[in-house]
Amino acid sequence: MSATSLTPSLAAADPGDASPGDELRSLNGGGSGSRRVKDRIATVVMHLAFLVAVIPLVWILWTVVSQGYHMLLESSWWTNSQRGITVRDFGGGAYHAMAGTVMQAAVTALISVPLGIFTAIYLVEYGRGRVARAVSFMVDILTGIPSIVAALTVYALWISTFGFSRVGFAVSLSLVLLMVPTIVRSTEEMLKLVPNELREASYALGVPKWKTIVKIVLPTAFSGIITGVLLGLARVMGETAPLLILGPYTKSINMDLFNGNMASLPTMINQDRTEFLDAAVQRTWGAALTLILIVMALNIAGRAIGHFSKVKS
Amino acid sequence: MATTTSTPRVPGAPPGPEGLKQGLSRGPDRAFKLLAGGSSAVVVALVVIVGVYLISKAWPSLAANGASFLTSREWSVADPDALRFGIAPLLWVTIISSVVAMAIAVPIAMGVALYLTHYAPARVAKPFAYLVDLLAAVPSIVFGLWGARVLMPYVQPFQDALKSAFGWFPLFAPTAVQAGTIFLASIVLAIMILPIITALSREVFRQTPVGHMEAALALGATRWEMIRTAVLPFGRPGVVSAAMLGLGRALGETIAVTIILSTTTGAFSWSLFFGGETFASKIANAASEFDSPSKTGAYIAAGLVLFLLTFAVNAIARVIIDRRKGFTE
Repeated sequence: MSATSLTPSLAAADPGDASPGDELRSLNGGGSGSRRVKDRIATVVMHLAFLVAVIPLVWILWTVVSQGYHMLLESSWWTNSQRGITVRDFGGGAYHAMAGTVMQAAVTALISVPLGIFTAIYLVEYGRGRVARAVSFMVDILTGIPSIVAALTVYALWISTFGFSRVGFAVSLSLVLLMVPTIVRSTEEMLKLVPNELREASYALGVPKWKTIVKIVLPTAFSGIITGVLLGLARVMGETAPLLILGPYTKSINMDLFNGNMASLPTMINQDRTEFLDAAVQRTWGAALTLILIVMALNIAGRAIGHFSKVKS
Repeated sequence: MATTTSTPRVPGAPPGPEGLKQGLSRGPDRAFKLLAGGSSAVVVALVVIVGVYLISKAWPSLAANGASFLTSREWSVADPDALRFGIAPLLWVTIISSVVAMAIAVPIAMGVALYLTHYAPARVAKPFAYLVDLLAAVPSIVFGLWGARVLMPYVQPFQDALKSAFGWFPLFAPTAVQAGTIFLASIVLAIMILPIITALSREVFRQTPVGHMEAALALGATRWEMIRTAVLPFGRPGVVSAAMLGLGRALGETIAVTIILSTTTGAFSWSLFFGGETFASKIANAASEFDSPSKTGAYIAAGLVLFLLTFAVNAIARVIIDRRKGFTE
């Protein structure tokens, strides 16, 4: 029944795409029945597939928003920590976790962005032959590293070998491993889009190569690079695995990346996720909503920048 | 736009061959190249560090291991003098949960990608594509929370039906585990890898040569026949590699699986309705008790296997993409 209800609306909504098929059908007298039925079935299946894909998104967003929104309406949520608040108590805020997440992400970006952009510049502007292929291959390996493996590596280096403790900076280090490859790849794509004529015009005017890159190539690709950075940042902010191993939770505010436990939104969610007391459940969903809002805002900002200022080729 | 404003300021070199030589000092040029090359060297070093540190920390524990690392189902790492650990159940749960997730996600992702490229009206195709991409922006811990608290009661009746209908088949055998089954984890993993498979398949389908599609339509093909004869054969390698990349993600997913899967004790079962631990969730569950080097080494050894597994899967995906590139150009 859904076949008959869907198809007319599709034909009406999409005249340009549907018309060639319709004409052909009328040319050979409507075609054989089974072929048309198969075509209809395929159309319905494609629509259903899309619906099936969107359902979990809407469902998750609905769950998180409806369960967590009232926590975000309290002003204390944005200004207080959970210090002194037990599982049973309502109240407190997520300021400590937000501060931790933002600071760790900022330090990660501070290290990853220059490293990633310069590596991409090497791959596009300088690298030739075997060396460039080797670097590109290494970036591919980094892209595939599971976050828990990145965390284990930093654990082996930072804690087992150097004997430091589990602090915010160690979390940032493991996030660097995850963020660098995304920055390299997105920047690389953008630099490749910069037309060669621009570089050649610059060289023809006697501009040295490094100045050409800094003043011509990078500004042209700038918005695309920013998009890549924001998307990479959104990805690492939602990571939990490195935090489990390297960033123990605390209920208090800690702004020192090199000393003491540092809270973050994922670990705040993780902290109370096994509790079924009302206060804890609300806190969990509130933290989840806050995290989603931050990540989605970065995501949407990244895509908007990419959409409104494309590299013109 | 940026280029036209910056170009007039750039030529600092006076004209003439003499001036050119003086003006274009090679110093900054070389420094910049060194910076770019140095960053690349750091990236290479990062990969080397990952390999070297994982192996060097895992090795002593592997050497002291009293059980067979690959085939044993034991995991007792508390006593440094009597280490006995094996990854057999971890390997099974990791692979079966990811493969089932891929089996669920790939057909749906292909349907979505075809819908977005060939069915959806052009006006809404872009926002709809963005909607699916947005699924990738949901942090994995939220997926886990939602899967364990909200989705679980809806999956259970379905699970029970499968159990009673196909219980004779080892993969669907009934077990004592009720809530956090591998099956539920697979469904959540499928949702998590859906956006990446969709995005990559969409790109591939969009690149189908227009000539192929028009030729099919000119021969009287319906839209579905055109897709079957022109779009799918062209896109097959791309979809396969997208599926492999999705599989790589699923293999390494940590927190969602950790939240959902019930850990089990006692008899092992091959069933999808059993609990267990993946490599990643085993490590995550133990994260707070890394106290002795030998114990940590055992977990790092498990992490190393996970690394090799995802590396192999990603490498296969890469090879397929590269082969296709050579084919079309």
